[in-house]
Amino acid sequence: MIDLIREYWLTFLIGQYPNGPLGGLAMTIILAFCGLLASFPIAVLFALARVSPWKALRIVSGTVVNFVRGIPLLMLIFWCYFAIPLATGYAVSGFWTLVCALTIYEAAYLSEVVRSGIQAIPKGQLEASRSLGGSYALTMRSVVLPQALFNVLPGMASQFVSTIKETSLGYVISVNELTFAANQVNNLVLTQPLQVFTILACIYFVLCFSLTQVLGRIEAAIRRRRGLI
Amino acid sequence: MTFLSPDQIEQLLWGLRTTVFLFAASWVLSFTVALILVTVRAANIAPLRWAVDIFVAYHRNVPLLVHVLFWYFAVPEVLPEPIRFWLYDHGAEFSLAAIALGLGSSAYVSEDIRSGLRAIPHTQFEAATALGCGYIQSMRYIIVPQALRISLPPLIGRALLLFKNTSVAMAIGVAELTYQTREIENETFQTFTVFGIATVLYLMGTFLITAFGSWLNARVSVSNGRRA
Amino acid sequence: MSDTVPGSTPMVRFDAVDKWYGDNHVLKNINFEVAKGEVVVVCGPSGSGKSTLIRTVNRLEPIQKGKIYLDGQDIYAPSLDVNAFRQRIGFVFQQFNLFPHMSVLDNVTFAPLKIQKRPRGEAEAFARELLERVGLAAKADAFPGFLSGGQQQRVAIARALALNPPVMLFDEPTSALDPEMVGEVLQVMRSLAREGITMICVTHEMGFARDVCDRVVFMDEGQIVVDAAPDAFFENPDHPRVRRFLADILPRH
Repeated sequence: MIDLIREYWLTFLIGQYPNGPLGGLAMTIILAFCGLLASFPIAVLFALARVSPWKALRIVSGTVVNFVRGIPLLMLIFWCYFAIPLATGYAVSGFWTLVCALTIYEAAYLSEVVRSGIQAIPKGQLEASRSLGGSYALTMRSVVLPQALFNVLPGMASQFVSTIKETSLGYVISVNELTFAANQVNNLVLTQPLQVFTILACIYFVLCFSLTQVLGRIEAAIRRRRGLI
Repeated sequence: MTFLSPDQIEQLLWGLRTTVFLFAASWVLSFTVALILVTVRAANIAPLRWAVDIFVAYHRNVPLLVHVLFWYFAVPEVLPEPIRFWLYDHGAEFSLAAIALGLGSSAYVSEDIRSGLRAIPHTQFEAATALGCGYIQSMRYIIVPQALRISLPPLIGRALLLFKNTSVAMAIGVAELTYQTREIENETFQTFTVFGIATVLYLMGTFLITAFGSWLNARVSVSNGRRA
Repeated sequence: MSDTVPGSTPMVRFDAVDKWYGDNHVLKNINFEVAKGEVVVVCGPSGSGKSTLIRTVNRLEPIQKGKIYLDGQDIYAPSLDVNAFRQRIGFVFQQFNLFPHMSVLDNVTFAPLKIQKRPRGEAEAFARELLERVGLAAKADAFPGFLSGGQQQRVAIARALALNPPVMLFDEPTSALDPEMVGEVLQVMRSLAREGITMICVTHEMGFARDVCDRVVFMDEGQIVVDAAPDAFFENPDHPRVRRFLADILPRH
């Protein structure tokens, strides 16, 4: 297994680059990052829609979120794969298909996390802000959301780690991320699938486990600074 | 939008059937293994606790697809040849996918059950012991039923996720719903019809599981003494 | 800002106000007035509707019948800007409701800065003055999570004063405090009362009521039963429900 690592570590890390597109672990991280960055604002908007005072908005956003949460991510990926070229008129690369699918999927799940955070804020906080003469928008922006988002940081951190794991599905549409790279190595070597896939599992394990630990420490530090809110 | 031939509809429904079987098999495995994990960990022997923790950490930090690929490509290599060939002749994809999905989910289910157990105050256990129950009896009649009630909502969520995650098995050729959908789409190019039907089938599945979960939750809460 | 001539428009006026929670009739035909500069204590057994009453003044609770006037203005007039209206009323909650993710100073400057859009220098200077008044100037940069209940409530009072409201409403301000911290909050409220600000306090602190207020309003089951000067209320209670209430509550003080 050590020989395998020594020979193919670069393929695992960055795919075929520079003889091909960037891939491997680097691609996995880029995909997860793009998905998270794009899905976060959408998630907050949907969460706000679901708690808004307008019934129509609540119903529409609720339906959309429950629809996306009711189908497998793989189905969503295939939908994007076929629908995006039709909608935009361009042939879209696997990378952008996966980013789109991840964004939509993560936004739906993240919006539920944020929504539960918003609904957990005590009514007294809203009453205090409104009593001072603050509008609904200001109350949401300056009082409710900052607290809600902070309170659901653990939930959001675990969503980020989930996103990293979900990028592995890019394998099915030939996006050159880590799992695909591992499969390429396996197809080259052919005689050591156990070792190749063990290395693959270990890389994911190290990445996700350490990320979870680091994010947990950061959150604990902030919590201490603010006096355990 | 033209429709599919009866053969193709039948193909889709066979895919659905495979999905449901795969879900059932992996859920049973997942729940059983989770109970074992929880019991082993509760015994409080340090090496056993570490073993369980490592098992759980491994299965939670590695993607489901990687588990499936690992079990399909890597594990048969270490099995003795006769078993390996028997496996390949008898639907290896389905069994190995079920094992991968089941174990992957069991890590999460065990954590959900554990948090349910933690929510039961220790005084319950003391009350059971005071009445003369041994450890096993206390767990079986007093603690675990209460813990399962508390864990019910997250467990329903896990079951839902597992049902949707059966689609991952298509990567190793298990002929479940997503696989069949792709097959038919490749033949007929009726992309939106096929995917539309498959989407509706998945939504029906998740709806049924959620509805069953709510019913179960309501029943359990009523018998708990709380107003439904 | 507001005139202090007695006999002029009352600061707060309730005119035949009724309120229901579903089928529950919680406020029954409320008629009462608070003149400018008056300090009124509202008391009564729990469930009498006193908290609900005070919360209707700044529209935290809606009413179904009758009218409420703030300085002569109907608070439910369609032309009224609710947010501007609320800036004229300072509200202090039983549970303090400080914003835990902001420092003490930021809590107090929140309304002047974010709502009235005053310049930061001006808002901060005034906030520090207010914190000085409530005895917490040293805690300006602390977070509410590190403060005791009594300290948090004093900051809450400073926060409510930050917009210079002509009316201050107190909803059981000391009920959630440990006994040893009640005194520091009452001290702040006493000094406010002496300054001539219009105050309506829902409280069980009868010592405070006796010392400082101009009128005591006693409520029972949604109605105002007694509305009298403190001497008359405490020395010669002729209403049986008042007598029972005082008998229950006074031995504790």
